[in-house]
Amino acid sequence: MPERNVVEAINNALADEMESDPRVMVLGLDVGKLGGVFRTTSGLVERFGTDRVVDTPLAEASIIGASLGLALAGMVPVAEIQFLGFTAQGFHQLGPQLGKYRQRSRGRYHCQVTVRAPFGGGIRSPEFHSDAVEAQFVQSPGIKIVMPSNPYDAKGLLIEAIRDPDPVLYCEPDRLYRAGRAEVPDGSYTVAFGKAAVAREGKDVTLVAWSAAVELCLRAAGKLADEGVSATVLDLRTLVPLDVETLCAQVVKTGRCVIVHEAPLSAGFGAEISATLMEEVFYDLDAPVARVGAFDVPFPAASLEDYYLPSLDRVLVAVRRTMQS
Amino acid sequence: MLLPDGTIAAGAKSRMEEEFLLEALRWMMKSRLYDQRVIALQRQGQFGVFSPGTGQEASIIGSAMAVDPSRDWMVPQYRELMATVHHGLPLEVISAQYLGKIAPARIPDGVKVLPTQVSIAAQLPQATGLAWGLRLRGEDSVVIAYVGEGGSSEGDFHEALNLAGVVHAPIVFFLQNNQWAISTSRRVQSATQSFALRAAGYGFEGVEVDGNDVMAVYDAACDAVERARNGGGPSLIEAVTYRMSFHNTTDNPSRYQDPKEFEEARTRDPIERVQKYLAGLGLWDGKRETALTEELREENEHALKHAAGAAAPRPEDVFANVYGDPPPRVLRQRAELVDRSGV
Ligand SMILES: Cc1ncc(C[n+]2csc(CCOP(=O)(O)OP(=O)(O)O)c2C)c(N)n1
Ligand SMILES: [Mg+2]
Repeated sequence: MPERNVVEAINNALADEMESDPRVMVLGLDVGKLGGVFRTTSGLVERFGTDRVVDTPLAEASIIGASLGLALAGMVPVAEIQFLGFTAQGFHQLGPQLGKYRQRSRGRYHCQVTVRAPFGGGIRSPEFHSDAVEAQFVQSPGIKIVMPSNPYDAKGLLIEAIRDPDPVLYCEPDRLYRAGRAEVPDGSYTVAFGKAAVAREGKDVTLVAWSAAVELCLRAAGKLADEGVSATVLDLRTLVPLDVETLCAQVVKTGRCVIVHEAPLSAGFGAEISATLMEEVFYDLDAPVARVGAFDVPFPAASLEDYYLPSLDRVLVAVRRTMQS
Repeated sequence: MLLPDGTIAAGAKSRMEEEFLLEALRWMMKSRLYDQRVIALQRQGQFGVFSPGTGQEASIIGSAMAVDPSRDWMVPQYRELMATVHHGLPLEVISAQYLGKIAPARIPDGVKVLPTQVSIAAQLPQATGLAWGLRLRGEDSVVIAYVGEGGSSEGDFHEALNLAGVVHAPIVFFLQNNQWAISTSRRVQSATQSFALRAAGYGFEGVEVDGNDVMAVYDAACDAVERARNGGGPSLIEAVTYRMSFHNTTDNPSRYQDPKEFEEARTRDPIERVQKYLAGLGLWDGKRETALTEELREENEHALKHAAGAAAPRPEDVFANVYGDPPPRVLRQRAELVDRSGV
């Protein structure tokens, strides 16, 4: 089976969907000849032309708002926002507007729009490029939020997103774009939303993560094994819809849970997971649910990002503390 | 005014006297040399991601020379580094920023330059507010705010210019049209014939100048600054120039740029034409060029050394300058980090 990294998996998913559905189009900054700043759209304009692969003016609100309109007109837009932090400029069109359209129109319209955006620290980017703002959109109901962590899921989840009749925010882990190749089949396949994946099976503690933090948790689990602690790593894959059933089942199995995310701790999505576990499985817990996030400050200068982001060390400390109680 | 071949257009007369032009040349060359040096450093992993001003020096310096560092404010985007240095920001301070330093990259008190910022066009509404506020405070200051032609597509651009017109803010919006926004060509950016035309829609003056002609840029900027200072409100200047380099050190223009267009742009080099003109007057020659180049290299090197030697960031700097009075939870996080990193 062919192997692809995350960039190639995304590129392959886009190409396949554009090939099979003439309504699918890509729009955003520098997605044409440049192929996107990370090359995820490389080769698409040569293959599908400038009507379907569109370099837009530098204006995020119009990229997203126009995608809504394109969808109303019957196209299937896949918009790229150059970095997730710059959804801020288009926030209103994405959260409040796209999220509300089905409701506002009393079900008359739905918006088959996918918004892709890379994010995450660890690559020494300038300000706003790394910000993990996914939880902001969880507070904008009506949008599905997809956070792939590996090449196979990246392709399957993206195809699922493009075909979903409702708006999807698809966040790409830029640190893992070229981190390694894995088996990614040719041709179309989907990975269902709302189905968390067990990335590693363990008995003692369940680490819950999404996107690049899954890779961090897998490293932590490897270390913990050396210490005699067997950790499950649960990859949520999508925050909306949230797979409450698998989450609870995997936490009940070990009785302990540590949530790891790149976003600032306070009101990060970890808080939602922790609250859900309190409601659903409180009596099955052997220790308080712990969270490891970035600190509650704006993303600092790149020279400081290693101190700011959740580190292997901080995950291990949190797990050890959880194991002791 | 000053044509690419180094001659003055018939009948043109700039406010820039010869001595002043030599001063402009010095700054333009300093900017070009700095770009070259830090790009080399970046390639060795010794400098941050950098967007050079190469090719745009006449815009960058001609505009900076039209404002008064002692009372006017400068609001940069990110490609005008040497304009901010001209406005009083020490080169070692802005260099320290690219080296990821924290305290050494703080803009010294009294320097009327706001920090560079990355979120395209977001500085513009802020600049309008600054200019408006200065007027409300009865100061005779003017604000010069920089933006690219790409940035002019953002909603913030429109909102900032519209408000500036309404409140009659003493501000000069200086738009550098360098023909590119990363790989996006100016033609894709807007269907307008001229970005300067947009000013009409906001009710104030807009002018287009040859952004590679330091005399023309300087004159247009002086007019706009005077107008703002005398209560005439905002202006928009479109400096038509060319990005004679990559977008930044992570970019690869060969994927999207026609090399012919690039070569053609090089014939309009803003520095060469000044040198030719001054040579015609007997004020410039190879010897002077070598000597000045050497001197400027040393100046730049000195600043870069200073920046490199300045205090390295400490882990707890993650928490620096976020709150005047950090919430207890943030203080606990800080203590946790300090404990763990054994500071
Ligand atoms: C809101 C926002 N969107 C996207 C980016 C990514 N980006 C950085 S520079 C740039 C192009 C800017 O072009 P222009 O305004 O013409 O300025 P230039 O780089 O040519 O000086 C883009 C799209 C950003 N920094 N901010
Ligand atoms: Mg530009």
